[in-house]
Amino acid sequence: MLALALLAPAVVILVTFIAYPFVMAIWFSLTSIRVGDPGHFVGLANFTKAWEDSIFQTAFKNTVFYTFWATVFKLTLGMWLALLLNRHFRFKRIVRASMLLPFIIPTVLSAFAWRWMFDPTFSVVNWLLYHTGFIANRLPFLSNGDWAMWCAILVNTWRGMPFFAITLLAGLQTINPDLHEAAALDGANAWNRFWHVTWPLLLPVTLVVVVFSVIQTFSDFQLIYVLTGGGPANSTHLVATYAYQLGVGTGLLGEGAAISLFMFPVLFAVVWIQLKYLKRIEAA
Amino acid sequence: MAEVVLSGLNKWYDRNVHAVKDVNLHIRDREFMVLVGPSGCGKTTTLRMIAGLEEISSGEIRIGERVVNDLPPMDRDIAMVFQNYALYPHKSVYDNMAFGLQMRKFAKDEIRRRVQAASEILGIQPLLARKPRQLSGGQRQRVALGRAIVRHPQLFLFDEPLSNLDAKLRVQMRVELKRLHERLSTTAVYVTHDQVEAMTLGDRVVVMKDGLVQQVGEPLELYGRPANRFVAGFIGSPAMNFAEVTINHSAQGVWAETAGLRIRVPPAKAEALRGHAGGKVLLGVRPEALRVANGADVADYALDCTVEVVEPLGNEILLDVRAGSHPLVARVDPATRVKVHQSLRLALDPERLHFFDANTEAAI
Amino acid sequence: MVIERRWKKWLYFYIPLALFILFTLFPFYWMAVTAFRPDGELYRTWRQANATPFWTLAPTTEHFHGLLESTAFLRWLGNTMFIALASTAISLLCGLFAGYALSRLRFRGSEFLGTAIFITYLVPQTLLFIPLADIVRDMHLGNTPWSLILTYPTFLIPFCTWLLMGYFKTIPKELEECARIDGATRFGAMFRIIFPVAVPGILSAGIFAFTLSWNEFIYALVFLSSVEEKTVPVGVVSELIRGDIFFWGQLMAGALLGSVPVALVYSFFVEYYVAGMTGSVKG
Repeated sequence: MLALALLAPAVVILVTFIAYPFVMAIWFSLTSIRVGDPGHFVGLANFTKAWEDSIFQTAFKNTVFYTFWATVFKLTLGMWLALLLNRHFRFKRIVRASMLLPFIIPTVLSAFAWRWMFDPTFSVVNWLLYHTGFIANRLPFLSNGDWAMWCAILVNTWRGMPFFAITLLAGLQTINPDLHEAAALDGANAWNRFWHVTWPLLLPVTLVVVVFSVIQTFSDFQLIYVLTGGGPANSTHLVATYAYQLGVGTGLLGEGAAISLFMFPVLFAVVWIQLKYLKRIEAA
Repeated sequence: MAEVVLSGLNKWYDRNVHAVKDVNLHIRDREFMVLVGPSGCGKTTTLRMIAGLEEISSGEIRIGERVVNDLPPMDRDIAMVFQNYALYPHKSVYDNMAFGLQMRKFAKDEIRRRVQAASEILGIQPLLARKPRQLSGGQRQRVALGRAIVRHPQLFLFDEPLSNLDAKLRVQMRVELKRLHERLSTTAVYVTHDQVEAMTLGDRVVVMKDGLVQQVGEPLELYGRPANRFVAGFIGSPAMNFAEVTINHSAQGVWAETAGLRIRVPPAKAEALRGHAGGKVLLGVRPEALRVANGADVADYALDCTVEVVEPLGNEILLDVRAGSHPLVARVDPATRVKVHQSLRLALDPERLHFFDANTEAAI
Repeated sequence: MVIERRWKKWLYFYIPLALFILFTLFPFYWMAVTAFRPDGELYRTWRQANATPFWTLAPTTEHFHGLLESTAFLRWLGNTMFIALASTAISLLCGLFAGYALSRLRFRGSEFLGTAIFITYLVPQTLLFIPLADIVRDMHLGNTPWSLILTYPTFLIPFCTWLLMGYFKTIPKELEECARIDGATRFGAMFRIIFPVAVPGILSAGIFAFTLSWNEFIYALVFLSSVEEKTVPVGVVSELIRGDIFFWGQLMAGALLGSVPVALVYSFFVEYYVAGMTGSVKG
């Protein structure tokens, strides 16, 4: 039938390059395969090894921490920015277009700019803080484990905030402006208007955006790879970067595959919960 | 005390558009004042300035004793009913009505009492748990009213609240609104483009056009003594008939004449028209002031015309006729037997003739 | 619109907006300043007295020269552009057909397939890159642009499909039925009526897919090994850092030049991009 013919190309590509490799990934993770050595079946050994690996534990915790905080910041700042952009002002179109640049420009390239900004010896941020009297000694941005994590969250927020802002802005524009006027007459100040009228009506869009963002952030690779490489001393590894290090760096394909598979149940759970919540909201 | 005084009120948009031009209005306490006029006349803008939803370009608004120019809407002690109801879609009817009171930190008991009272008056008690999307247009309108009532404000503002209802419902709600006003007797400002609503609801009516106030007065005053051609043509349906006539003085008296039309100017008006002798003026006569002439009618106040269309409405008949080249509409007794293309003589009531200056359009 | 006091407007609107703009755009400014700054000035430490981080008084193009002459940057640009265009084209085509089929044809399993396409989005590239490297090698596509052109559609097709489905749904059925009464086949109606009406959607999906391709990194990193085949992101990462030394001048020049094509294309189609982004979220 026509439908099958039309869907064929898409299905072929997706099956060949997603479904099949996914199955292969599972197969790899159950063997001791390495580069140049097909290895043999080892059951869940790779998984247990990863579970007990302290670096993996750090990487997993990092990924959760990173995703959680980056999403919170992106949502808050994105929402605030969307509310600001929802008003009328001159140059609105240019401002709106330029706000999306962090999202458009390849992450790797802008991550380098940030890395340069955080450089231990030549950081412009240090320069600014020093000359305005906030600090006496330089801040260890990327050379300290905790600081580096927060820097990464900052860069991720910088990059992802426009996505939230623009999408939430579109959602804001579907809300009947009469509602805000009615709320103002009802005695609601700006915060109350937001909390009682805007936020509930925006919840469906918010949820979808958050889910997209969580999927991307949880499986993030580029940013950490360029910013810190996983260091210092493996303290900023994410699941993806650690999987890369094991699989491609050291050639332990089986273990690398196992590590990366740990991402899947989390992502699945996140989407599942969100879909359920979305259904509940739309029914109400 | 909640009288509303607008002094020298102006609104400019973008420096070019002068939407409201120097409006002066005194709305008395407990009065139901209607602002009426065609789209773009500035009535809604004026209302929104009273509400605090539009910035005032110049002028002053006083509600009660206070000048409210710089006060945000929530501090003006007013309530508004929107054209599209503006009900919060995610809240129940009860929460919609309670919201304003919750924002002002009323006690739960007080809120419940007020919401119950308002919903009783409006007959929406069974709907309290429902969401707006489960309600019909008329029900939503009542909830919007309820939301305004519970706050016991000193001023009600209505922005074309009945425009989105179908014709039958509109008539019904009009009566209910009037009853509500009798009961609550709070000062109200009501905006509409429908002159029927204006006439039936208003204690006094303000007719606006192009940002300017055309006339302020009680409904019957606007009907019987319109200040200019616009008000005369706007109030009353079917609209007043107009014809451009020349005022001629002859030995027998003063006449208003044009092709196909020759009417004597009654003595009462002749004085006022003295300055227009030989000149053109606008003659206005309402359809209800025309009737089929009988033998007793004098030719001085009669028109000879041909019937073009007959519209039988049951309680009356509308006749579209032509006198000379002038189309006229007449409202006649339903028992009249008339046929199309028939020649007819219509008599008019000399007490109900209106004259307007041909240039300024003001009533003479 | 609710009136508010003048000073509140400044505090709650202008200042936050200005801060946002500063925050968003400063890194790009920094990129540009660094790219034009001579090496001598570049490597002044942050505490040095004569450091003028925010501007340079002796702008130079030496980094750009170095970049273009001593690295394969131009090749990387060409590669990335080619790969982006090709994979966008493939994804658009697949997305068009799939979107049409899912939104306008009724058949068993259409809901299942729609969900299935959604599920593929849950399988990120960072999960699949290990086995995919093997598959790519087995297909003899290793180290060629085709390894990317065929794999990028895996994350581009779902977006394109959703976006275009949304557009197709807004086209009334009557339009197609009218065409078919006029004698067109289903296929013909699809091409001549539906697709032209969906052109804004196609542009939106295309722009969005284009920028996503430019942004991809891990597949390019893993599948391409020789310098001439690399894409801009990978090339900048692997070739501009020799040993432990970062050639910041050239790096920033590369970052700037690498960003320009995408930014340019984006600037011509901003409205479409925004429509694409918001449409895919609603879909």
